[in-house]
Amino acid sequence: MSRKTLIPIGPYHPLQEEPELFKLYCDGEIVMDIKWETGYNHRGIEKLSESKSYDQVFFLVERICGICSTSHPFAFANAVEEIVGVEITDRTKYIRSIIGELERIHSHLLWVGLAGHFLGYNTLFMWAWKYREPVLDLFEMITGNRNSYAMFKVGGVRRDIENSKIPAIRKVMAVMRKKLDLLTGAVMDDPVIHARTKGVGILTRQDILDYGAVGPTARASGVDIDVRRDDPYAAYPLVNWKVITAQAGDVFAKVEVRLLEMYESASIIEQCIDALEKMKEGDIALKINEIPQGIGTGRAEAPRGEVFHFVVSDGSNSPARHKIRAPSYTNIATFKKSCIGQTIADATISLAAVDPCYCCTERMAAAYDNSSGKKILNASELIELSMKRTSELRKSGAGHE
Amino acid sequence: MGFKDYCLRKSLWVFHFGGASCNNCDIEILDCLTPRYDLERFGILLVGSIRHADVLLVNGSINRRDKDRLLELYHQAPKPLLVVAIGACGCTGGIFAEGITFAGPVDKIIPVDAYIPGCPPKPEAIIAGIVKLAGKK
Repeated sequence: MSRKTLIPIGPYHPLQEEPELFKLYCDGEIVMDIKWETGYNHRGIEKLSESKSYDQVFFLVERICGICSTSHPFAFANAVEEIVGVEITDRTKYIRSIIGELERIHSHLLWVGLAGHFLGYNTLFMWAWKYREPVLDLFEMITGNRNSYAMFKVGGVRRDIENSKIPAIRKVMAVMRKKLDLLTGAVMDDPVIHARTKGVGILTRQDILDYGAVGPTARASGVDIDVRRDDPYAAYPLVNWKVITAQAGDVFAKVEVRLLEMYESASIIEQCIDALEKMKEGDIALKINEIPQGIGTGRAEAPRGEVFHFVVSDGSNSPARHKIRAPSYTNIATFKKSCIGQTIADATISLAAVDPCYCCTERMAAAYDNSSGKKILNASELIELSMKRTSELRKSGAGHE
Repeated sequence: MGFKDYCLRKSLWVFHFGGASCNNCDIEILDCLTPRYDLERFGILLVGSIRHADVLLVNGSINRRDKDRLLELYHQAPKPLLVVAIGACGCTGGIFAEGITFAGPVDKIIPVDAYIPGCPPKPEAIIAGIVKLAGKK
C-alpha cells in the first residue's frame, strides 16, 4: 500500500476567488481521495431572514451569491407568491425572465472565462470577460446596478423596462450572438482545449442520478432536467426555447452545454422584449397587503441548476422559517466521482467544471460525539471556557499570590 | 517620506482576501484586471502570496472562522502594508452585521487604510480608491 500525500488547495488560494479548502489525497500524480471543507463563508442567512420583513428578505437573499443574484429572489418570490396565491401580471413575468436570462448569459460567460483561466488559456478568460461587460451595462441601464439588481418584490418587480430601453437590449443581443459565435469557435476548434477537457472528469448518467446533481452539470451527462420547463414559472411557458443536453458527461460537454445555453438565453430575451413592446407600460406589480399563514416552496433555474426556497409564514411580516438549497450543494458532491483517478492538473478543471458556488452552499458544521450524542466543543469555545474558569478563580481569590 | 513608502508609489502588488462575502466584490475585483478596466496599466498585479504583497484587499463580512486567518495573513505580510476594505460588508459588515457568525468589521480586526463602499463597488470606484491610496503615500 503506497503512502498518500495530502495536497491542500485553499482556503485562500490564488486559484479561487472564494474561500474553501480542498484536500486532495494523492498517490504520485493521481488523486486517490478528495475532501472539502467550508464554513469560511458562512453568514447565517437563513437565521437572518427570520428577522427581516418580506420586502427586506429580497435584498438579503440577493446577497447569498453575487453571481446568481437573481435566482434566489426569483425562487423566494415564487415561494411567497405560492403562500399568497396570486398570479403575477404578464408584463412582470416577461421582465423577470429577461433579468433571469441576462444573468444566465453573464454567469456562463464568467464561467467560460474562468475555465479558460484554469486551463492556462488566458486569452479566453480576457475575451469572455470583455464580452460580459455589455451585459452588465444592460443591467446598469435597467436596474441601476451592475450586480445585485434589487428588481424583485412580492407580486411584481420594482422597475419597469420602458419601451425606450428595448432597442439597446436588442442591439446588445445582436452583438452578443456574434461574440458567442467567436467564443464557441475558439473553444470548439482549439485542439488544446479538446485535449485538456475531453474524457476528463466524466460523470455518467448514473452518477448524476445517484448524487442528485442539477443544472448544466446534469444536462451535460444526458439527464434532461430544467426547472424552467419541468415546473414552469415566469414567462418560460410563453416563449419558445429548448433545453440543451449533451451525452458525454466530461468537462468538454459541460462547456458545450453552457455555450449553447447562452444562445437560448439570447433567444428568450429577444422574444420577451418583443412581447414587452406590444404591452402597456407600467403594469408591473400587484398590491399585496399581507402574507397569510402557510407554507410555500419556490423553485427557479439558476445558471448552476435548481434553486429551492422553502418558506413558512405564520401570518406576521417576516418568515417564520426560511430554508434555502442552492444548486452547488448537490453538484459539489459529484467531486467524489469526477476527480478521483484524475491527475492533479486535471482535477483542477474537474473541480471548476460544475461551476461550484461556495457562498450559495455554505453550511455550518457542529461536531457531535457519536456514542453520547454530546456536542464536541471547538477551539474558541474551549478558550472561552478556560477564560471563564480563570475569572471565577480570580473572583474567589484562589489564583492570587 | 521613507524609502519604503517611496517604493509603494508605483507598481502595487495586491493580495485579495475574500471573507464571508457574496462573491460580488470578488468578481468586481477580478473584473478590474480584464480588458475594459485593465488595472495592470497602473502596475497593479494580483499576487498569489501575501508575502509578495504591498496591498491587502479585504472584502466581505468577516466571520469567526475567517478572523484568525485574516490576522495571520496580516502578521505574515511584509510592512508597510496598505489594507483596503472593499464593499459595504468590508467597511461595516453590511447586511450580515447582525448574523450569528459575524466577528466584527475589518477595521475591528486589523488597521484599515482605505474604505471603498458600495454593494458591490463599481470597478471604477475600486481603481479610484487604489490609485488615491498610491498617491497618498
